[in-house]
Amino acid sequence: MFGYVVRRMMSAVLVILLASLAVFTIFFLGPASPAQPVCEAASRGNCTPERLEAIERSMGLDKPVLEAYGEYMKGIAVGREVVIGAAEYDCDAPCFGISYGTRVPVTDELKERIVPTLLIAIGGSLVFLTVGVGIGIAAAARRGTVGDRVMVSGSLLVSSVPYYLLCLLAWLYLTLKTNIFPTTGYFPLSDGDPFKTFSGLLLPCLVLGIASSPVYARYSRGQMVDTLGDDFIRTAKAKGLRNRTVLLKHGLRAAIVPIVTIFGLDFGTLLAGTIFTEKIFDVDGIGVWGLDAIRPPQDLPILTVTVLIGAVFIVVSNLIVDLVYGVLDPRVRMG
Amino acid sequence: MSQTTQTGQDAKPIRDSGTGETPYLVVDDLTVKFPTADGLVHAVSNLSYSVSLGQTLGIVGESGSGKSVSSMAVLGLHDERSAQITGSIRVDGKEIVGLNDSQMRDMRGNTVAMIFQDALAALHPFYRVGAQLAEAYKIHHPSASKKEARKRAVEMLDRVGIPEPQSRVDDFPHQFSGGMRQRVMIAMGLINDPSLLIADEPTTALDVTVQAQILDLLQDLQREFNSAIIMITHDLGVIAEMADDVLVMYSGRSVEYGPTKEILVHPEMPYTWGLLSSVPDVSSDTNARMIPIPGTPPSLLHPPVGCAFEARCTHSDKVGGDLCATTLPDLRQGGRGVSHLKRCHLADPESIFQAEVLPLIAPELADKGDSTNSTNSTEEN
Repeated sequence: MFGYVVRRMMSAVLVILLASLAVFTIFFLGPASPAQPVCEAASRGNCTPERLEAIERSMGLDKPVLEAYGEYMKGIAVGREVVIGAAEYDCDAPCFGISYGTRVPVTDELKERIVPTLLIAIGGSLVFLTVGVGIGIAAAARRGTVGDRVMVSGSLLVSSVPYYLLCLLAWLYLTLKTNIFPTTGYFPLSDGDPFKTFSGLLLPCLVLGIASSPVYARYSRGQMVDTLGDDFIRTAKAKGLRNRTVLLKHGLRAAIVPIVTIFGLDFGTLLAGTIFTEKIFDVDGIGVWGLDAIRPPQDLPILTVTVLIGAVFIVVSNLIVDLVYGVLDPRVRMG
Repeated sequence: MSQTTQTGQDAKPIRDSGTGETPYLVVDDLTVKFPTADGLVHAVSNLSYSVSLGQTLGIVGESGSGKSVSSMAVLGLHDERSAQITGSIRVDGKEIVGLNDSQMRDMRGNTVAMIFQDALAALHPFYRVGAQLAEAYKIHHPSASKKEARKRAVEMLDRVGIPEPQSRVDDFPHQFSGGMRQRVMIAMGLINDPSLLIADEPTTALDVTVQAQILDLLQDLQREFNSAIIMITHDLGVIAEMADDVLVMYSGRSVEYGPTKEILVHPEMPYTWGLLSSVPDVSSDTNARMIPIPGTPPSLLHPPVGCAFEARCTHSDKVGGDLCATTLPDLRQGGRGVSHLKRCHLADPESIFQAEVLPLIAPELADKGDSTNSTNSTEEN
C-alpha cells in the first residue's frame, strides 16, 4: 500500500509539472504579447514598438520558453524579483507573478479568491450528494414503482434546464422578486460575520447542488439497482436484517465506490472554478477571476495561475480518488 | 396399499420420521408465480414436501425447475410485489405464508437459515468475515455485546474447520480460498443454531475434494445440532451421500418423491431415469454410457396442459393414446409403497426401467436380471 501511494504521488507530481509547462508555454507563445497591456497602460495609449520591445525585455519575454518557465518555477519554489516595465516587485515564494492590472502578487489574491470557490464547491457537493444520491437510493429501493418513475423523470426535468438559465431564474425569483434569499455573494469570513458569509453563499450552493443532483440521482440509482441484485444482498436479507440495513449498510456500501470516483473528478472540476455560479451570484471566486483576466487587457499571470490551479485540483482529486478507492474497496489494497 | 387418488388431486407425501411427530417443515400445495411483462411465470406449482429434524431432504432438478424458488419461499425472500405465493408453509407448526416482513425477519437466519452457492458473491466483499458473522449473530441476539458476537464468530469459524480463526476472523472474503469461503458461509448459516438449514447448491462452485469435505462438515454439524437440512442440488452424487429423502422437480412440479435409496434404485419417472443416465460414472463398466436428456424444459410462461416432460420423454409411446400430452398425471404412489410418489402415466415403470434403462447406464447390474431384489445395488448411481 505504501509503495502504491508513493508511486501514485510521484506520477501525480509529474503530471502537474507537465501541465504547468503546457499552460505556461501556451500563454507565453500566444499571439498577443503579454507586454501589450502593460505598455499601453504605462504610455497612456501611446505604445510604440520600441517601447513595447523594451518592456518585453524587462519582463523577460524575449527569453527562450524553457528559461522563462524555469524562472517561473523557481519563483514558485523560492520567490523572485518581478520586473514589469520600469517597476520592480518583490514576490515571495510561492510566487505566481505580479498581476499586470493590480500590481499585487497573484498569490495574495489567489488565497482570497480560493475561499469562496472552495465554499461553493463544498456546499454544492453536500447538496448534490445528499439530494442526488438520496433520490438515487430511494428510487432504486422502489424500482419499477410510480415513486421511482416520478423521481427519475423529475430529475430528468431539472437536468434539461440549462445551468445558466437555472442560475438566472433562481436569482430572479428567489433574490429579486421574493426576497427569500435577499443577499447573495461572498462576504469574507474575515469580516467577522460568519452568518452573512453563510447566507450569501446559500443560494449559489443550493442552485449548484440541485443542478448537479440529477446526474448523481441517475448514476447512484443505476449503481444501487445493480448492487441490490447482487448475491450478498440476498444473503443480508436471509440473515434477517431490516430492509433499511440491507439497503444502506450492505447496498449503499457497495454502490458508493463508483459514486465516490465520479464525485472526486467532479469536485476537482468544481474547485477549478464555478464560473456561472460565481458570475451570476456575484461571488469573487477563481472562476470569475480567470474570466476577468482573459478579457482585454489580458492579465497573463492571473490567467496562468487559474488554469494551473485548475489542473492541480483535477490531478490531486484524481489522486485522492485512487487512494480512497483503496480504502473503500479492500480488494484493491493488495494490488 | 391400494390407496387411490382422485383426478386433479395430488397425493400428500407421507413421511414418517419414526417418532410420529409432525415434521419440522411442512410445505403444502405451494405455488409461486411471478407476473412479468410477458405473462405469468409458473415457477412452482402445487409443491408439497416435508422435512423432520435430523433429516436431510435433497431437491434435485435442472436449472429453472423451481428448486431455489421454492426454498426461498420458505425464507420469505421473494419480493411480495413480484411474487404471488399461495399454499401453505409451516415451520415448526407455524404458518408463514402471509406473514409480514418483520415476523419473517425474526425467523430468517435464526430458526431457518440458508447457505448459498458461490460464497464469493454471497458474502459482502467490503466487510471482514468476522463483522459479517457477528452481524448475523447480533441481529437475533440484540443483547449480545460486540465482544460476545465476535467471540461467537471465532467459535463458529473454528467449528467449521477454519485454521487460526482468531486471525482469520479479520480477513476479507476475497482472502479466503473457495473451500474456506464456503465454510465461512456455513458458519454464518449456523451461527444462530437454526433448526432448518437450506443449502442451495453449497458445493457447486468447489472442486471435488473440497466438495466432499464440505458435505462431511454439513453431516457432522447436522448430527451435532440435529437440524433439518434441505439440500438443493443437481448432483445425484450429493443426494446419494447426504439425503434421506429425495424430491425430483421438473418444470416447477414435484415429479418423484421418496426415500433416497428407493428413488435412486427404483426410479419410476422417466425424467429421473434421464437424470440417472446423465451422471458420468467412472467406476462402472466402460460400456455404460452417459446419456443426456434430449431437448429443453418447457416454458414456465405457458406450461403444457399434459405432463411437462412429455415432449422430451422417450417412453410416452408406452402410454395409451395421447394421455401424456393432454392430461397432467397426478402425483401418486408408485408400485412400491406409500412413501414413493411419482407423477407419471406409465403403468409398469419398474419393468421398463429394468429392461430398457438399466442396461444402458449400468450393464453389470442389468445382467443379473433380477428386477425385484436389487436392493443391494448401486448408490454410486
